[in-house]
Amino acid sequence: MKNPKKIHTPITRDICEELSAGDMVLLSGSIITGRDTAHKRLSKLIAEGRDLPVKLNGETIFYAAPTPPRPGRVIGSIGPTTSYRMDEYAPDLMQSGLRGMIGKGKRSAEVRAAIMKYKAVYFGAMGGIAALMAGCVKMADVIAYEDLGPESIMRLEIEGFPLIVINDTKGGDLYEEAVSRHGMAP
Amino acid sequence: MNPIREIPCDIITDTVKNLFVEASTDLGEDVLSAIKSAAESEVTELGRYALDKIIENARIAKDSALPLCQDTGLAVVFVELGQDVHITGGDFNEAVQEGVRRAYRNGFLRKSVCDPLSRENTGDNTPAVIHTDIVKGDRIRIIAMPKGGGSENMSSSVMLLPSAGLEGIKKHIVDMVEKAGPNPCPPVIVGAGIGGSIEKSALLAKRALLRPLGEPSRSDPRLSRVEKETLDEINRLGTGPQGYGGKTTALAVHVEMMPCHIASLPVTVNIQCHVARHKEAVI
Repeated sequence: MKNPKKIHTPITRDICEELSAGDMVLLSGSIITGRDTAHKRLSKLIAEGRDLPVKLNGETIFYAAPTPPRPGRVIGSIGPTTSYRMDEYAPDLMQSGLRGMIGKGKRSAEVRAAIMKYKAVYFGAMGGIAALMAGCVKMADVIAYEDLGPESIMRLEIEGFPLIVINDTKGGDLYEEAVSRHGMAP
Repeated sequence: MNPIREIPCDIITDTVKNLFVEASTDLGEDVLSAIKSAAESEVTELGRYALDKIIENARIAKDSALPLCQDTGLAVVFVELGQDVHITGGDFNEAVQEGVRRAYRNGFLRKSVCDPLSRENTGDNTPAVIHTDIVKGDRIRIIAMPKGGGSENMSSSVMLLPSAGLEGIKKHIVDMVEKAGPNPCPPVIVGAGIGGSIEKSALLAKRALLRPLGEPSRSDPRLSRVEKETLDEINRLGTGPQGYGGKTTALAVHVEMMPCHIASLPVTVNIQCHVARHKEAVI
C-alpha cells in the first residue's frame, strides 16, 4: 500500500494544488467543526458583510458533530456528516478564505467549481469510524454557537486524521472516477 | 385461560436503556465478519483501506465503550408484546421513552432529534419511534435500533405500477443504491419492503434490516434469488467502500413481502450504513 501524504494545517493554496483526487492523507494541526445551522449562520453574516465569529482565512472545516465526551476524555466519537447539505453555503465560505473541507459524499457542481476557482480541497473522511477518529483528536474547544450543542463550532487539534482527497483543484472527483473505473456493465 | 404474567415498567426502561448503549458501541458479529471477508476480496487499495479502518473502529469502540459512529441515531424500537403480559407500575410507552432518554443521557450518546421545522433539539433524543405488535405468549421482545440519518436520507417509498413487476422492482432497488453513491456510507445493507400499503412497505423494509446477514427471507422463498441477483448487480456498480471504488458496495440485500391492493405495488427501499446497529432482549 502506498504511503499516505502527511499534511499539516494551515492548508495553503500550494498544498491544494499538489493534491489529487484519490490521494491518501494524514492531516494534523488545527481545524474547526461546523455543520448545517452553523453554515447557515456564517453564510448569512457573510451576505450581510458582518464579522464572523471565526476567521475563515486558510481554515479547514470538518462537517461533524461529536458525541458528548465521557469524563476525562477530550472528545466523544467524531466523524463526518453527509456534505451535500452544506453545498449551498460552501462557495460563500470559500470566497471568504476557507481552504479545506472534510465531510463525506458527493458535492454539487457549484461546490466543485468553487474548489477549482478558489484553489481549495474537499477531503472525504470515512463514515462510521468515529471511535477511531476520536483518538486522533488531541484538543477540542467550543469557539462559537454554543447554543447549537453538538452542532456548535469547535476548534480541534488533530493528529493523523485519515482522509482521502475527493475533489481537487484540477476538477478531479474520486467518486466519479471510482464508478467509471470499477463499474461493470450488467 | 392462560395465566397473566406481570412485567413492571422499570424493567422495560432498564432493558431499553441497556440495549441502546450496547447497540451503539458493539457491532454485531454477522456484520463484522461480512466486512472482514469483504476486506479480503476487495480489489481496490482504497476500498481495502476503508474496510480495514472499519474493522479497527469496531475493535476500538468495543474496547473503549465509545460509540461506533458519532451519529447514534434516531431511536427506533420494535416491540413484540405477548398478549398474556400485564404491564405494571406505569405507562408502557413512557417506560420505553424513559429508557431511550437514559441511554442517550447517561450513555454519552449524541442527541440527534429535533423539531422538524425550527430544528430545535429535543435534548434527550426522544421521542423514539416505537412499533408494537401483539403476539402470543407472556414475554416481551424488544429490539433497539439506533438509525443513522445519512443512510435514512437515501431511502424512499414509491408506488410502482404493477406492470413494473419483479424486473421493475429489482431495477428500482439497484437505481436507489447507485444514486445514493457514497452518501450513505457504503458498504450498505439494503432493506426492501414490497407490497402491503405504503406505510407497511416501509415497515417491512426496516424490519428486513434486522435480519441477521446471510439468513434467507422470512416472507417468501422466491425472494432469495431476488436478493442475490440485486446484490450482485449492486456490487458491479463500482461505488465500493465509502464510494472510493471497488466491489463492496453492499453487504446484503434483504427483501420482505406481503400481498397488496390489486391496483398497487408499493416498494420501500431503506438503506442502512455498514454500522448496522441493533440489539434485542426478551423479558
